[in-house]
Amino acid sequence: MATRELTYVEALNEALREEMRRDDSVIVFGEEVAAAGGVYKVTKDLLKEFGPKRVLDTPISEIAIVGAAIGAALNGLRPVAEIMFFDFVGIAFDQLVTHASKMRFMSGGQVKLPLVIRTQYSLGRSYGSQHTQFLAASLLQAPGLKIVAPATPYDAKGLLKSSIRDDDPVLFVESGALYVNRSYYGYRGPVPEEEYLIPLGKADVKRVGDDVTIVAVSRTVSEAMAAANQLEEKGVKAEVVDLRTIMPMDYETIINSVKKTNRLVVAEDSVKTGGISAEVASHVCEYAFEYLEAPIVRLNSPPMPAPQASELEKKYMVSAEKIVNAVTKLVK
Amino acid sequence: MLREQFSREKLLKMLRKMIEIRLFEERVERLYREGKIIGPTHLYFGQEAVAVGVIEALDKDDVVISTYRGHGHGVARGVPMKAILGEILGRAVGTCKGLGGSMHAPISVEHNIPLATAIVGSGLPIAVGVGLAFKYRERRNVATVFFGDGAVNTGAFHEALNLAAVWKLPVLFVCENNLYAMYTSLKNVLAAESIAARASSYGIPSYVAFGNDVLEVYETTSKALEKIRDQSGPAFIECRTYRQKGHGGYDFGTWYRAKEEIEEWMRRDPINMLTERMKAKGFITDEERKKIEEEVAAELDKVVEEVLSSPFYDYEKLPSLVYANPP
Repeated sequence: MATRELTYVEALNEALREEMRRDDSVIVFGEEVAAAGGVYKVTKDLLKEFGPKRVLDTPISEIAIVGAAIGAALNGLRPVAEIMFFDFVGIAFDQLVTHASKMRFMSGGQVKLPLVIRTQYSLGRSYGSQHTQFLAASLLQAPGLKIVAPATPYDAKGLLKSSIRDDDPVLFVESGALYVNRSYYGYRGPVPEEEYLIPLGKADVKRVGDDVTIVAVSRTVSEAMAAANQLEEKGVKAEVVDLRTIMPMDYETIINSVKKTNRLVVAEDSVKTGGISAEVASHVCEYAFEYLEAPIVRLNSPPMPAPQASELEKKYMVSAEKIVNAVTKLVK
Repeated sequence: MLREQFSREKLLKMLRKMIEIRLFEERVERLYREGKIIGPTHLYFGQEAVAVGVIEALDKDDVVISTYRGHGHGVARGVPMKAILGEILGRAVGTCKGLGGSMHAPISVEHNIPLATAIVGSGLPIAVGVGLAFKYRERRNVATVFFGDGAVNTGAFHEALNLAAVWKLPVLFVCENNLYAMYTSLKNVLAAESIAARASSYGIPSYVAFGNDVLEVYETTSKALEKIRDQSGPAFIECRTYRQKGHGGYDFGTWYRAKEEIEEWMRRDPINMLTERMKAKGFITDEERKKIEEEVAAELDKVVEEVLSSPFYDYEKLPSLVYANPP
């Protein structure tokens, strides 16, 4: 299979392009996605190739953006709408949570909503408290929604293509740090020339190991992979499980890994209180407690808003160093 | 003045629909008071001319987005009364298998009502998306969305009107202005000259219709639909009407509304108004109207009995309705 290296942004762009070529019911809209090609260039040149009927700039109206995606999906299209920052999803919470996630169920299964809301969180880019937060955990209370968060270019492309073809509403959460930070494992990587899809709802073992399981998602997969390299030098073999899909969560893959390693670290970018790590840890305690040989360690942002200053933000974030320290204590 | 273009058949059809809604809601109110309906139930009494006047003017392929006060929209659109009542009573025969309840009872994809929302104002942006798909597919259909006067102060209202206008989408916004958002009078929450004037400020052709006059509603809707198709953009109708009952089944609507005001609106009852005009034209007699009412009542007797003796949906099957593509 022929493979080349693409960045995370290029892989996302290619996914959109391929799906738009394949299916004329796919349209793209959002703030600055058309003429500007997206503020982070994820929708670059789509307007040029597909024209203004299929690639549309919107006003700054998040409620209308998500609402229009719901309506278009109800009426036969497969819209991919963009909300520029995850924080802005809050403006459209009603449309996403109270409508999109519930409409199939409360209509007795009459309707389906094949829509994708793409967004990104910018932790690691010094954007300050209001442009940074990874809010996926707060949406775990919205069954009916799927939440997907790719950690590499390969995953970004395969998961976005699957999300567009899926018949349920998908919140597709990208990492702003992976757009720009060249030092990350997930910034650039191999992507096959041939078409491929990655199934939703399945976690991925990114690195195999026997000593400890590190569950990560999105940006923290890069931190976990860096940590695993450092740990290997110390003779510790870490297994890195990337959730890929946050909801519905693939508990089976997590538990199978814990059964093998008997130790669990969960490293992800939610604020710790009620974060994704809380869900992973409580599930493992409930269903695989007897396999644990040590307490579960959760690495998150502390329960406070993100500071803007980059030196402070670095301390606030989950890092490879924090993972290495936690694992080192755990396997002692 | 009865307009010549309305045939006797057309008027009889509209009258019958309005009577169906009225008698349907009477049954719902009774079942609610008897404690058989559990949960929120918002009645459509008094607004029948809006649902019937608008929906009769639409094409069957046009999409309707309804609200929690939507039983009348469903009946006007031809959703079987058994399915709507089944939903209100939470039974498996309901439109939504009893998972939606009264506030979502009109939802019927078969009748192009994909949504009846329980959140004030939230249907408008969704109608914009429905209109976007119609325009994209170069269809001549229209997305029609009903909402109340309370919705005009939500952010969703403003975002939706603006987006429909700038994208020139085939959306018909129908405000059922019944003068009260729950217990709050419109005059306490609207500083603008009118709701229609507010819509005009977005560059949308806007109309005011007397919402108790089914013919005026029908004609205004037809005019608005023509405008939507000619100019390839949205239109807005403010229908001024009145909720003859309270906000919900538990509310009698009396403590916050003057007795004189209620009485004045009862004198302008939409069904009586149409009947009087038809009588003046020699299109109907009191006996004939009575006969229609008896027929509808007999049908409802049967519907109520059938629904009350029908089962609830199987709880064990609910998880399979969460996702279309479960992992």
